[in-house]
Amino acid sequence: MTMKKMSKTTKSNMITYLMVIVIFLVVEILVFTGNVSSLLQGLLVPLCAYIILAVSLNLTVGILGELSLGHAGFMCVGAFTSAFFSKCTVDTITASGLRYFLALLIGAAAAGICGILIGIPVLRLKGDYLAIVTLAFGEIIKNIVNILFIGRDSNGFHFSTKDSLSLGLEDGGKVIVNGPQGITGTPKDSTFFIGVVLILVTLFIVLNLIHSRSGRAIMAIRDNRIAAESVGINITKYKLMAFSISASLAGVAGVIYAHNLATLTAQPKNFGYNMSIMILVFVVLGGIGNMRGSIIAAIILTLLPELLRSLSDYRMLIYAVVLIVMMLFNWSPKAIEWRGKYSSKFRRKNKKSTKEAA
Amino acid sequence: MKMKKAISAVLAATMAMALLAGCGSGSGSDSGSGSSGSGETGGSQEAFRIGAIGPVTGGAAVYGEAVKNGAELAVKEINEAGGIGGKQIEYKYEDDEHDAEKAVNAYNTLKDWGMHALLGTVTSAPCVAVGEVSQADNIFMLTPSGTAVECVQYDNAFRVCFSDPMQGLESAKYIGENGLAKKVAAIYDSSDVYSTGIYEAFVKEAENQDFEVVAAEAFTAESKTDFSVQLQKAKDAGAELVFLPFYYTEASLVLKQASGMNYEPIFFGCDGMDGILAVEGFDVNLANNLMFMSPFTPTSEDETIQKFVTDYQDAYGDTPNQFAADAYDGMYAIKAAMEEAGVTPDMSSSDICDALKDAMTKISIDGVTAKGLTWEADGEPSKEPMVVRIADGDYAVVE
Repeated sequence: MTMKKMSKTTKSNMITYLMVIVIFLVVEILVFTGNVSSLLQGLLVPLCAYIILAVSLNLTVGILGELSLGHAGFMCVGAFTSAFFSKCTVDTITASGLRYFLALLIGAAAAGICGILIGIPVLRLKGDYLAIVTLAFGEIIKNIVNILFIGRDSNGFHFSTKDSLSLGLEDGGKVIVNGPQGITGTPKDSTFFIGVVLILVTLFIVLNLIHSRSGRAIMAIRDNRIAAESVGINITKYKLMAFSISASLAGVAGVIYAHNLATLTAQPKNFGYNMSIMILVFVVLGGIGNMRGSIIAAIILTLLPELLRSLSDYRMLIYAVVLIVMMLFNWSPKAIEWRGKYSSKFRRKNKKSTKEAA
Repeated sequence: MKMKKAISAVLAATMAMALLAGCGSGSGSDSGSGSSGSGETGGSQEAFRIGAIGPVTGGAAVYGEAVKNGAELAVKEINEAGGIGGKQIEYKYEDDEHDAEKAVNAYNTLKDWGMHALLGTVTSAPCVAVGEVSQADNIFMLTPSGTAVECVQYDNAFRVCFSDPMQGLESAKYIGENGLAKKVAAIYDSSDVYSTGIYEAFVKEAENQDFEVVAAEAFTAESKTDFSVQLQKAKDAGAELVFLPFYYTEASLVLKQASGMNYEPIFFGCDGMDGILAVEGFDVNLANNLMFMSPFTPTSEDETIQKFVTDYQDAYGDTPNQFAADAYDGMYAIKAAMEEAGVTPDMSSSDICDALKDAMTKISIDGVTAKGLTWEADGEPSKEPMVVRIADGDYAVVE
């Protein structure tokens, strides 16, 4: 009965939340009974990070209708600020839960601020300028982190952009951020449970935003900027709102990522342009504007190269083929028509059976 | 309609394959080190499973490929000679794409396979990440070429190569003690862990030595084709020796550009310089009198090295570099330690690790990178660095 009273969107949202919870429970049961390989167990936390990234980018690409090619940059900001914080406070704040919570807030705030700083000038423009600027932003952040040296001794913090020697640390001083070597020894605070909670929080924020008044304004801007402007919607404000939320959620993903590995370096591989494209691929293949699709695409595309390890050299080839096949399946007009036919058949059957049951 | 069916069939097939692949590794873990999931080898209880991790795709693939081959060659030889204490070795190599996250995935894959000991990882940052998880699982690891200090921070980790600071320190000592120069310039790659690690230790040790660092110039991976600015600064500062702690591809450009501006100091490099004579289109005469510190020279007269080089060339059609040599010695070190500890394949990885930790400090290896190679409990090897000078287009060891 309750299901019927719910509006269509609430129902759809509930399915999304339920899907995450069910996946979580199934995985937990499998882990508990010892049916999950170490490889999959090791992948659980990164998967959470990638899902959050995909959902947050979907907010920018699908709902706001702007292209961001620097999502890895925001992730990088979140990762490094939070890892820096955790490394500094690992001795003073011994409760790992509290420290991790603060790290999450700091990572999200730092990435959000970067999002606002970029958004203020760029989101006022029409056209694809955001894509260009975020692309540059991602590369700049990566390069800045690679020349940044921060150390701490009894006198406080020391900064340098040259090398760790010019920090002039006293004896017993510790180098925290060591240029290209990044941050080593971040406490391993990320767990699968926290990751899933953060996915749910992310979904809650994004889905509620979409279905709120602000969300409708954002989508109105996406669909027709002039029409939206003519009814008095403050374009820059709403664009900025969506973009900075998206950026800070990417920062959260960065925090999860940083607290899962003992070493954090900004390389083209993990925080570069390729990573941003990778996240965009999750979004595009999962369906632009479709949060549930983003989650599924992120899971499949992260697991696939790992599960295909046994095929060694061919795995990248197969991965590429799967990308193309998924794209055809999702977006080719004929495939959509075919899916529509089958799903309507399925629905009709379903309805019949429920009627019969009633 | 046919088309769509074909698409969905392909999609379903790929998904099913992925699932099967997952199940394969999953079932392997259930039975621990027991009967192999892949079914390739019968009676795997009778064999030691040694895994290796390194990049074979991406930018650092050259090093991973060398380690893969070097270790494989050693495994082949050991197995032909009767294995470790009568037990054969099963060897499996996983790709990490020089990425910390992928390296942990590769490590977990090997763990599912039932790995007893790990030879890896090849590059530093992934090595630190894998070190963290291997310490938690208590699995023995020996990195052939992870040079960063943190690679061996836990007691289950050892390395074959010199650490970065060690190389910088030894280079500075060598230059100071042999009075090669009074004024020294250093050029280094500030975007590279290896290069900055050596450079910093070099500058630190230089204060204790009888020479002065008059110029320290950096470049990054994005600007590694033109070194004229750095060389000009070194020349203006009157440096008699230029220290080049980076890989040979860039070094060959430095030498070329220095000769172009009539600047002829002594050039001094580290183990990354090994291989410079093989650079395509490089005039070997430019490298005359170039000195570098290396644990391994393929042209050495030594019998073990000669045999290793010819075997390697026969098998892979390529001259082995120091990475291959490190991996080759690493595999023999694991063998020696396992024999010393008297472990058997039916023991758990954690028990083997505890036994190997002790055994590593007791063994001594006559390998291709050093004679009488021994290890300290902190994971560092103790071996004498060799200095190589290039003369008449060939490598020669300086005693």
